[in-house]
Formats: sequence, structure tokens, C-alpha cells
Amino acid sequence: MINSLFLINPSGEIFLEKHWKSVVSRSVCDYFLEAKEKALEPEDVPPVIHTPHHYLISIYRDKLFFLSVIQTEVPPLFVIEFLHRIAEMIQDYFGECSETVVKDHMVMVYELLEEMLDNGFPLATESNVLKEMIRPPTILRSVVNTLTGTSNVGDTLPTGQLSTIPWRRAGVRYTNNEAYFDVVEEIDAILDQSGTTVFAEIQGVVEACVKLSGMPDLTLSFMNPCLLDDVSFHPCVRYKLWESERVLSFIPPDGNFTLMTYHVNAQNLVAIPVYVKQSISFFECGSDGRLDVTVGPKQTMGKTVEGVMVTVHLPKTILSINLTATQGSYTYDNGTKLLVWDIGKLNPQKLPNLRGSLSLQAGAPKPEENPSLNIDLKIQQLAISGLKVNRLDMFGEKYKPFKGVKYITKAGKFQVRT
Amino acid sequence: MSASSAFNDEKGGSSNVGEPEYGHDPASGGIFSSDYKRHDDLKEMLDSNKDSLKLEAMKRIVAMIARGKNASDLFPAVVKNVACKNIEVKKLVYVYLVRYAEEQQDLALLSISTFQRGLKDPNQLIRASALRVLSSIRVTIIVPIMMLAIKEAASDMSPYVRKTAAHAIPKLYSLDPEQKDCLIEVIEKLLADKTTLVAGSVVMAFEEVCPERIDLIHKNYRKLCNLLIDVEEWGQVVIINMLTRYARTQFLNPNMNESLLEEGGGEKAFYGSDNDDDTDDEEDKEEKEKKKTEATAIVKRKPYVMDPDHRLLLRNTKPLLQSRNAAVVMAVAQLYFHLAPKAEVGVIAKALVRLMRSHSEVQYVVLQNVATMSIKRRGMFEPYLKSFYIRSTDPTQIKVLKLEVLTNLANETNISTILREFQTYIKSNDKDFVAATIQAIGRCATNIGEVRDTCLNGLVQLLSNRDELVVAESVVVIKKLLQMQPEQHSDIIKHMAKLTDNIQVPMARASILWLIGEYCEHVPKIAPDVLRKMAKTFTNEEDIVKLQIINLAAKLYLTNSKQTKLLTQYVLNLAKYDQNYDIRDRARFIRQLIVPTDKSGALSKYAKKLFLALKPAPVLESPFKDRDHFQLGSLSHLLNAKAGGYQVLPDWPEAAPDPSVRNVEVPEWTKCSSREKRKEKKADKPFYSDSEGESGPTESADSASDTASGSESGSGSEESGSGSESEESNEESESASEEDEEEEGKKKKKNVEKIKARKPVPESESEPSSGEDVKKSEKKSKPRIGSSESESEEDDDSESESSESEEEESEEESEEETKKKKKTTASKPPSKPPKKENKKEKKEMSLLDFDDFDPAPSPSQVTPLNNFLSSSLVTDLEGLSLTENVLSPTTIVPSGNLKTYELLHRITGEGLSVEYCFSRQPFSPDPHMVAVKIQFTNSATSEAKSLHMEDAKLQSGMRIKEFPEIEVLPAGETVSVVMGIDFCDSTQAANFQLCTHTRKFFVSIQPPVGELMMPIFMTENEFKKEQGQLMGMNEITEKLTLEEKCQGEHAVVQRVTTAANLSRVPCGSDKECRFAGKTVTSGSLVLVSVVTKEDGAAQLTVNCEKMVIGTMLVKDILQALTQ
Repeated sequence: MINSLFLINPSGEIFLEKHWKSVVSRSVCDYFLEAKEKALEPEDVPPVIHTPHHYLISIYRDKLFFLSVIQTEVPPLFVIEFLHRIAEMIQDYFGECSETVVKDHMVMVYELLEEMLDNGFPLATESNVLKEMIRPPTILRSVVNTLTGTSNVGDTLPTGQLSTIPWRRAGVRYTNNEAYFDVVEEIDAILDQSGTTVFAEIQGVVEACVKLSGMPDLTLSFMNPCLLDDVSFHPCVRYKLWESERVLSFIPPDGNFTLMTYHVNAQNLVAIPVYVKQSISFFECGSDGRLDVTVGPKQTMGKTVEGVMVTVHLPKTILSINLTATQGSYTYDNGTKLLVWDIGKLNPQKLPNLRGSLSLQAGAPKPEENPSLNIDLKIQQLAISGLKVNRLDMFGEKYKPFKGVKYITKAGKFQVRT
Repeated sequence: MSASSAFNDEKGGSSNVGEPEYGHDPASGGIFSSDYKRHDDLKEMLDSNKDSLKLEAMKRIVAMIARGKNASDLFPAVVKNVACKNIEVKKLVYVYLVRYAEEQQDLALLSISTFQRGLKDPNQLIRASALRVLSSIRVTIIVPIMMLAIKEAASDMSPYVRKTAAHAIPKLYSLDPEQKDCLIEVIEKLLADKTTLVAGSVVMAFEEVCPERIDLIHKNYRKLCNLLIDVEEWGQVVIINMLTRYARTQFLNPNMNESLLEEGGGEKAFYGSDNDDDTDDEEDKEEKEKKKTEATAIVKRKPYVMDPDHRLLLRNTKPLLQSRNAAVVMAVAQLYFHLAPKAEVGVIAKALVRLMRSHSEVQYVVLQNVATMSIKRRGMFEPYLKSFYIRSTDPTQIKVLKLEVLTNLANETNISTILREFQTYIKSNDKDFVAATIQAIGRCATNIGEVRDTCLNGLVQLLSNRDELVVAESVVVIKKLLQMQPEQHSDIIKHMAKLTDNIQVPMARASILWLIGEYCEHVPKIAPDVLRKMAKTFTNEEDIVKLQIINLAAKLYLTNSKQTKLLTQYVLNLAKYDQNYDIRDRARFIRQLIVPTDKSGALSKYAKKLFLALKPAPVLESPFKDRDHFQLGSLSHLLNAKAGGYQVLPDWPEAAPDPSVRNVEVPEWTKCSSREKRKEKKADKPFYSDSEGESGPTESADSASDTASGSESGSGSEESGSGSESEESNEESESASEEDEEEEGKKKKKNVEKIKARKPVPESESEPSSGEDVKKSEKKSKPRIGSSESESEEDDDSESESSESEEEESEEESEEETKKKKKTTASKPPSKPPKKENKKEKKEMSLLDFDDFDPAPSPSQVTPLNNFLSSSLVTDLEGLSLTENVLSPTTIVPSGNLKTYELLHRITGEGLSVEYCFSRQPFSPDPHMVAVKIQFTNSATSEAKSLHMEDAKLQSGMRIKEFPEIEVLPAGETVSVVMGIDFCDSTQAANFQLCTHTRKFFVSIQPPVGELMMPIFMTENEFKKEQGQLMGMNEITEKLTLEEKCQGEHAVVQRVTTAANLSRVPCGSDKECRFAGKTVTSGSLVLVSVVTKEDGAAQLTVNCEKMVIGTMLVKDILQALTQ
């Protein structure tokens, strides 16, 4: 399936290559680099490129291109999903996925890639299995290793590889047993000039951090599971029980994982926590324009809206801007024409406002379209859909764990058209 | 210096792969001498006897490989370390070896013996990795060795090694396609493997080596379907894609009737009226009857019955739509798109829309597929229209695809919303996107007649846009639209004629000129003037424009030669001397054609026809049209071109191939009990396979004549006559059972009066419930049904107080206490208490949240034997059962009841006798193993030493956990040990050798089927729900006559629990005993219920996903109850 992998940085340098079958010369990347030159943004590079002898399937993630070389028919999503899994694995092992990290841990990344695929077909992708095969680096361990000459490579088959629950390894022990769940909801919305909602939906995810000893069997139930319209689960969740009883029953993986993602039934109207009053105008004559943006809280269920940020891609013909913000601060990059206004907390008594003048390049025509505003926000302790975790029960182990649930609402792709 | 050498090195690595390396040749000159030195120190490190130095060297070498630098000259030094003890060094050497073996074949051979040794290692990881590396070395000379290794590994007892063997198959195949036949044999063997670990990998091998051998799948089809949900996600993708192809060759088109009716044209109406029959009015009943017969005649011509295996596939893949893995979701979606009946395809839309939230690359692929699907099945995605709205931050390629989908989804009702949305897109700064939007508007306009004028007007407005590209694109689209109805739009043509002054984009200018030429009769005054202007600028125009000027001139000459003759001559003259020979040729050709001369040939007569022929309006259609002849989700579909190795998705067969090829051979007695019965039923009821759960008819055939064992099945039998279809029928049957309940409510009333005090409670409870809206959420209605079931039973068996009060109890927790008192006075105490205890337990669990208590599938509660458990738990439990007198004693199997089997007789064992029994306790090191207690008795005169086991010969998938070695067993002593065996849910014997210090004995342990399970706790409702899900082929019912001694409930319970390791499930009726358990390995539910009637007649029902287990269990329990 996957013949080779190349990691390429934004400037086009290939800094890692791995082949699972016969070696493919890295000159094959030239087709990709050509496409990359053509694209305005890295995201615009087509994910699938057809070359005379190979197919190149690539993803762009964390400012890196993961480029795989394919020779025969394969479902493209299979490869794309796998490439993302590689990125996640690097993130998981080393805390971040970046060029420096990969270069610093070249050998370990290479060993991991060796384990993940066999002959181009996935062999071990569960992080818990991998971590038993090749232990993640810690300072202590590297000291111990240098002293004792032991290595990071396991010499027995990870139990997960054989069991029916490959995501969990046997013999997990903690002194403090704890299970935390974060219900994170994101509002995707498009508002039009007048502030009416063109489209809005809520996407949620339940992130779990479970550090429990042994083989706990957890059951998480919601007060109002009927809100959930569409769900997808970590493989550990017993689908039948969800179907019949609407509870999440699972033997959790050890550590952090995404338990489920869900979509909230959009029939019930989505509460939009903020409103935006804006006017951006360019004068027909002269090379001038005005910008005036005010953000205020709307349906916040009594919570404070925090981390509010407005991002605007100003038209290319803008020469300079001169704005004042009543709250927070703004930054403007004249190269990318990116205006970022970091507001912070929303105070209902004193609404933050950003206004001032924009000057266009001399002689440039008035931009046709006003730039849309992308809003970022965060509300702690609130799931905007109203979803509530009812309870968490544990079976199979005798200790009493600490449990916690946290709710956060964020803006997803929240866009105001102007 | 070092930096520059590194640079060189890197270059070398990138361009010289496969070529002889300069570093290889000592005479290659001074430039690389620094490399040499460096490599020398690596060699030195590799030669040292310190592992840490070796490791350091290997790490540096692998880092070089990773960066693409060449390290091939180190091959001899590295390969020496292949047998290094340090595991990490070894692994890195493997990495190196696999990378360079192809280039250094001779040297690579040196390492082979190490791997051959590794293949025999007791550690499965070492065996597996030896095979992995051995098979990855692309050296043709070792093909026979590989073949041998693969064959051996394919029957390894470790599924992980077998998985590795499956991976090795395509490797060997690509190295030497000659081996295909041998490899197919191995594939065949591995396809039969029952472990999930192997399934994905072997199907992958199948797809690469012999995708055409679809016949190999037959026998494994059902197994693959059933394993699917437990296979790892990557394997799921491969299996689902393969099964899609398989299904296309083996089953009939589920939409066959529809297409038949569509072809039939007029007959379609009949079909419709047939459907309306439900609401039939008396007056046209006769007429309808007539039509109906006609309609059925059509259906009869080709009655479509979905193969149960086809249904099995659809049913088992559906839950995977919830996978987190986008590739799995896509695989299921394409399966449904290609295989499901039209009415069921809709379920995939939601899941696909969900993927739109994922990474942009995922979106890109999903949108391509949605675009193809939305052409065929527009309705499916229409509810999600807004999810395809475009954000300014989307990458252009995503925007364009979303636009495509929006266009495909446009219809009369939503077009205004879509056009409003398009309006905002047109203002975008991304001009490529704007151009695509304009084309999309054009397509909407052609597809939907109502909005054509609106669109046209909108596009005309765009003509005054400041951006040339926008204008040009609009012109091109307007041109296409105008071609459809030119008469009505001469003003637009005029408007466009004016634009020639401003528009500079060649394509747009060319389009305008073509348009004016084509419709010059509609704009007789303006056309010549345009030609005049064009003649002036002719020399400066682009070629494409020049050609259209010539065309315009020619057309005007033919229609209006008076005004334009000279102009035409002038243009043709200019063209004659043009630099481009195309234009010169065209000019010459046209002159010959239109200007009548003496020499002009026969063609000039037809000039007018040639130039002014009516041109068909262009069809604006989606580039995704008909792309679904490629299997969706495939690379070929994405590229719209066949990729190498693509397997064509076959068309449905005309007639279904023999479905019996998928039957798996099972022991004799299984055959007669389950499979043949199924077949008979199938023949009886043509609608059988249409029903979702297969439950109704199967059930009814068995039970309708007899007692209705549950209202669900009862209503099923009622429905089956009229043909129960898909999910709706389920709902209906549910509602039916609720109606039943209403009736029963009345009957109950009578009963209740007998119980005096408790009367009002059940009354008020049942009435609102029976009056409840049928459409109430499933969740709510289910428990209702559960209770109604027990009532209907009770109805059959005349009144029974216990079930009555149980019913109340399930509804009214708070009344428990009083109930309990009443119970003690009631006639049948044993049936109730367990149920109650259970209830209570459960409640307590949730109140206390986390307790010391373990209600999960631990058998400890039912079999409180003393050795393994924490004794406190046992005493707790015992205390519980004693003090409250609730835990029915019958659920506890006394240890004395455990049957012991002989493993080794005293005589053959030379004084050592060995017995074993199934201790029915969880085997703590591995919950998937059955604990076997082995008791050694040394009746010889001397002591036996070092008792241990060896050389287990196991069926594939089975595992064994040996007991710890017994060092000394003095004469006359007895000792017990416990070992664990994972029987893989089969009754295959586990063979092994029992060794003493002097002798070895071949012994085998074969489990009775009842020992392959462990008890689980369930409430009555859970039991019923689960039972409801395990109908059809998963249910086996037998009638029996209970033996005299065994007619009491207590006896039944005891015999069943002795025969099988199950736990009692509380049940309201004392006529019925229920037991639940799950198989140890796969955790499949095993549900048993015994319904007793007068005179010792009884009915035994076993529900189990594993049919073999089920049938064997029936046999065993029957035996236990009747002898």
C-alpha cells in the first residue's frame, strides 16, 4: 500500500525518508514541490497528485508536509488517515510535531515508522502498543539507559497486540486513580451582515484523561443523550450498548484519548453567544476606508465569554491601518494583511470596540468584498448545547477513583460575513 | 568542511540510489576521504564488543538512512551484528538490512541463518520479527526459504506470527510472482483463521495476490462479516472493500424491482396504488384488487428476495459508520451506496457530513465522493445542504468541490437559498472560486428552468464587474445559456456586443463574437458594426479571437452580404497574411466556401447550411456524472482514471449464484437443527429476508403453534402473513404489543383485585403507558414491551401472582418492602427474590457510585469457591445471601457438583494419576481463558519430580497458560494447580504433554461446551432485550419432556447450571427459568431459558451469537434435563 514516506518542511527540504518496499528515489517529490510552488497557500496543494509512475498522497499538518508514495490502487482516505495518525503519534511521543522534534529524535521516529507499517500495511498504530515496543523518551530513562546499557526497545510482544482490547495494556498501576472528562463544544457558524445566522451547528467532543489501575470498565451516561444527533466513538466504546441504552460503556485506553465526537441536532436553534456589530466601508473616491467593529455578549447562559479574538484578512490593496481598540490590543501584519484583535474577556457593561481608518494603496480600486471576520471565543463551564454528563460508574476494579467533568464552549469555524 | 561534505553526501544519497556507490571504491578519490574516515570510526564502533558503542554507531547509521544519505558501504560491518544480543542494536541492524539487502545480495545472504534460527524462537515477537525481516529482504535467491517460512508461520500458534505471515505473502509475491499458486494455498489456510488479528492482513494479501479468486471467500464470508466489528480499523477498510466486490458478484440487485418497474413505465402507477392499499376505500377496492393482481404479476416475474447473507453484511457494517477512522466510515458508505436497497442508503449521509469537520485532506476526498453520490441520490444529502456552505477560509479546492455538491443538490425548492448563497460567493477575492461559482450558476440555470431568467440577469449584471476574469467567465456561461433560447434575449446579446470595447480576456471576446455571429439575425444592425470594429483591431487580437472574427465575417457575409461584403474581404485578406498558419488556412478555406467563384466546388452551395446550422445547446453537466462506475472511495474514483491494481466493481449478476456455497460445514447435529430449519422457512416466506432482524418469521414458525414465548414474537407471527418489512414492521409490532398490553391491562385488573391492596398502583401505571403515543422514543417504549411480554406469558399460563407483582415492582421501586412481605405469603417464593436482589443491587450501585462490589461478568458471585477470590468478597456475598435470604441458592453451584475428568490414569501414568475439572472461576492472568484445575495424585512409591507441561499442540487461535512447575510431589501426596486455556470458544481439545522428570505423557483436555462460558448478571429487562437481538439463526428452540425428578424449578436450575457455567437471571414467572452467560473468549452472549408447562413438558430456548455453541449447548442441556 504505502510505499514510501517523505517529510518535507515548508521551504521544500526533505528531511526524512522511509521506505517500506523498494526504495523510491526522492526525485519523485519534485512533482509535489512543483504543485506546492503553484499553490498560494500550503493548504491549496492537492492532496492527491498523479505522476507517471506513482501517486503522491500528502497531508499538511503542523507546518509539515507528510508525503506518501503509492504505486497501486488504495483508498485515499486510508492513506490520509494513516498519515495523520503518524503526526499524532509524533505529537504523542515527543509533545509536539515539528521539524526540530523529528530531527532531534530521528532514530526513534524511524523505529516507530518501522513498527507502524509492514510492507506498507499498518501493523501497529495503537499508541499503547507502540509505547510498549518503543518506550517514549524521558530524561530519567535516558540517564538510566546510558548507565545500564538497557534500551528503549521492548523485547516481548505487547499484550495489546493480541488482546481484543488492543488499546489498553495490562498491568497499569497508579497510586492516584483518576478519570477526567472534558466536554468541549465548538460552534460552527456563518452570520451574515445583519447578524442573522446563515448556518450554525454544534460539534462536540469528549476528551478523556483516564489514569486508572487494572482493567476498569467505565460507564458514562448523559442527562440528555437525545441531544446527540450523530456520534463517532473511540473503538473502545461498546456500540450495541449505545444503540440500546444511550450510555457509553468502555474499557478505556490508558491516558489521554478522544472518547467520542458528536454533532448536536441542529433542529433546535443554536445559541450564538456573541453578537458583532461591524461596519467596514471604503470610500469610492480617495483611497480611504473605515473600520468599526463592536463585540458584545448575546446568549451566554450567564457565563463570561473569554478569550475573544477577532481575525480579519484585510484586502491585499490595504496600505496601512490606523485603529484604536477600547479593550485588548490588536496586531497587524502588513505582509499577510492579517489583523488580529485580541479582546480577552467580554464585559457586558463596556463593550469592546475597534475603530479607525484604513488606507489603500494609491490608485487601487475599492475592494469589492469586505473581509469576513473570524471570531474566536471560549466559555468555561458551559456546554452550549446543554449536554450534561449524568454519572460515571466504574466496574471491574475495587478502588474509588477521582472523577471530574469539565465543560468548555469554543468557537469553531465562526465567521461573520460583512 | 564537515558541513559541505554532509551536503555532498545528501546529494549523493538522493540521486544515486541503486547505483554503485563511489564510496564503495577505494580509488574514488580524495573528495570523499572525510566520509571514509567517519565511516571508519563507525566500523570500529561496530566491531567493538561494547553494546553501547554498537548502538551508538547503529543510531548514527540509521539517522543517515533516515536523512536519505548513503550508508551502503558499511554493509559488511553492520551485517556482522545481526545476531547481537542487544535488542535495539538488533532492530536497527534489521532496519539497515532491509534497506540495503537488495543492493548487496551476496552479503545479505550471510544473515539468513540468523533469521532461520529466529523463526524457531519460543518468543513470538522474535519469531514474528524474524519472519518480517526475512520476507522484507528482496533477494530472489531466498524465495524458497521464504516460502517455507511463510508456510510454517501460517500454522504458528501465535496469531501475531500468523498475522506476520499474512503480511509476508504479498512481499514474496512481488518478489516472485511464480509462487502464486503456493501462496494461494497459504492464503486459503489463513482465511480460515478465526482470529480478528489475522483477518485484515490476510484479506489484504488476498487482494494483492489473487483478488480474482472470489471463490475462496465463500466459506469465510459469514465469519468475516461477524468478525468485522472487532478487526482493527485498517483491516476493516480492506475487508469492507473486498466484501463490496464479493457482494456484487454473489447477490442480486436489491433495487432490481424498482428498475424493473421504472422500465415498465405505466406499470409504475399500479405499484403506487398497491402501496396505497393500506388506506383503502370501499368503493374502488374492486378496481384496486384488479390492479393489484397486475402489479403482483410484475413482481412475480422476478420476485426479489434479499439473500440473508446480503442482509448480514449490511447489518454488520452499519455500526462502523460510527468509527473514528474516516477511511472506515468511507468504506461503509461506499458499501451502502453500492449494495444497499435505495431506501436504506440514506443512513450514510450523516456520517459523511460528519467527516466534513475533519482535516482538509479528508474533506477533499469525502467531498469528491459526495459529489458523485449526490448526482444519483440527491435526496440523501439535501437535509445537509447548509453543511456544504462555503467559508472564506476554506482552501480553494474545497470551495470548488462544495460548490459542485451545492449545484448537484439544487432543485426547485432550494434554489433560491442556494442562489442567495452564491451571491455572496461571487464577491469573494478568490477569483478562481468566483469563476467556479459562475459556472455553477450556469448549471443551476440549465437544470432548473424556473430560475433560468433570474440567473441570466444576475450573470448579465456581473458583466459590469471590475474583474476581467469574472466578466469573461460570465460571458462564457451566458453564451451557453443563450444557446438554449436565443430568441428571447436579443437585448442581452446587444448588451454583450457593447462589451467588446472593454473586455480584453480573449476567451470572453471570442465568446461574444461567436454569439453575435451565431445570432446575427437577432441583432441585424449591431452585428456589422461589431465586425467593423473587429476588423480595425484584427492584427492585435489573440489567435482565438481572430478565428472568431473570421467566423463572424463569414456568417455575416452569408446573411447580410450587402453590408458586410467588403468588410469580410478585408478581414479575410488580413487573415491570409497572418503569422499563424491555422488562421491563414481558415481564411483560405472560408473564402473558398463562401465567396462564389467559377472554381468553387459543390460545397459552396451548402455554405449557409454549414455555417448557420442549428447548433444543439451545450449540456452543462457535472464532471462527477457517472463516476460511480468506479468503486467509491477508491483512488481510481478520485482520479477518474483506473489506477494500477484497481479491481473493477462488477455489475450485479442476472441470477443469483448458488447461496449454499457460503454454508460452512458444521457437525451433523448442528446442521439439522439450525440451518435446515432456516432454509425451510425461507422457502415458505418470500418476505423473510426483507425483515430487518429475521426475527419475526423464524420465531413464529416455532412458537406460533405452541405457546407464544413473548408478545414480540407473537405479534411477529401475526405480521408475517402480511409480510413484515424492515424497521417499520418492528415499530408496528411494538405498537401491537402495546395494544396487547392494553387488553392485558384489563385482564390484569381482575388479577389485581385478587391481590386486594395493591390494586390501584398497577392500574394507574399501566393506563398511561398503554395510552402512550406509539411514536415515543424507542428507549422509552422498550422497557414497556419487556413488561408487556411477561404479562402475555402469564396470560397464557393462567394467572400467576408472582409475575404480576413483579410487574408492579419494576415500575414502583418504593413499594418494594410491602411487596416483599406479600411475597413471603405468596405461593412461589423462589422465583422472585433473585430478581429483586438484582434490582436492588443495581440501584445500590448507582447510588453508591463505586462500590467494592463487582456486578460485572465475574462469576465469583455465583460460584463462591474459596481458592481464588478475595475471601472477603465471598463472605460479603454469602452474608448478603444469607441475611437477606434473597440470592437464590440455586444459582450457586456447589463445588462438589463440579465434574472431574480424568487426564491420566494411575496405570498409564505409572503411579501418577491426574484429574482435572473446570473450576468455573475467572482465570486471573487472562480473563479470556478458561480456568482448569488439575489435581495430581502420586500413588507411586517414589516421589515425582518436576511436573510440568510442554509442547502444546493447539488449534489456531487457542492459547494456553501453563501451570507453574511442581518441583516435587512426594509419594502419596496430592496437589492441585490451575492452568488457563483459551479454547477460542470451540470444543476442540487442547493437546499437550505432561512431563515428569522421567516420562512424558500425551494428554488432552476437551471442554464441554458449557464450560466455555462464564456467568454474567443481567436484569430481566436486559435479558429480554438481548434475547430480542439474538433471534433468527441465533436462536434455537427445542421441546422436551422433563424427567420426573427434575420437574421442580430448583431442579431445573441446578441441572442447567451444572451443565453450563451460567448464572440465573431473575424472572417474574416461576414457569420460566432464565440463565445468562457469555463465552469466555469472545464474550458473546449466551442466553438460556426453560419454560415449563404441565406434565413436565417444557421448552428450551438458547440464544447465542455463536450458532455452534448454541446448538451444542442445547444438546447438553437437553441431556441434562431429560436424563
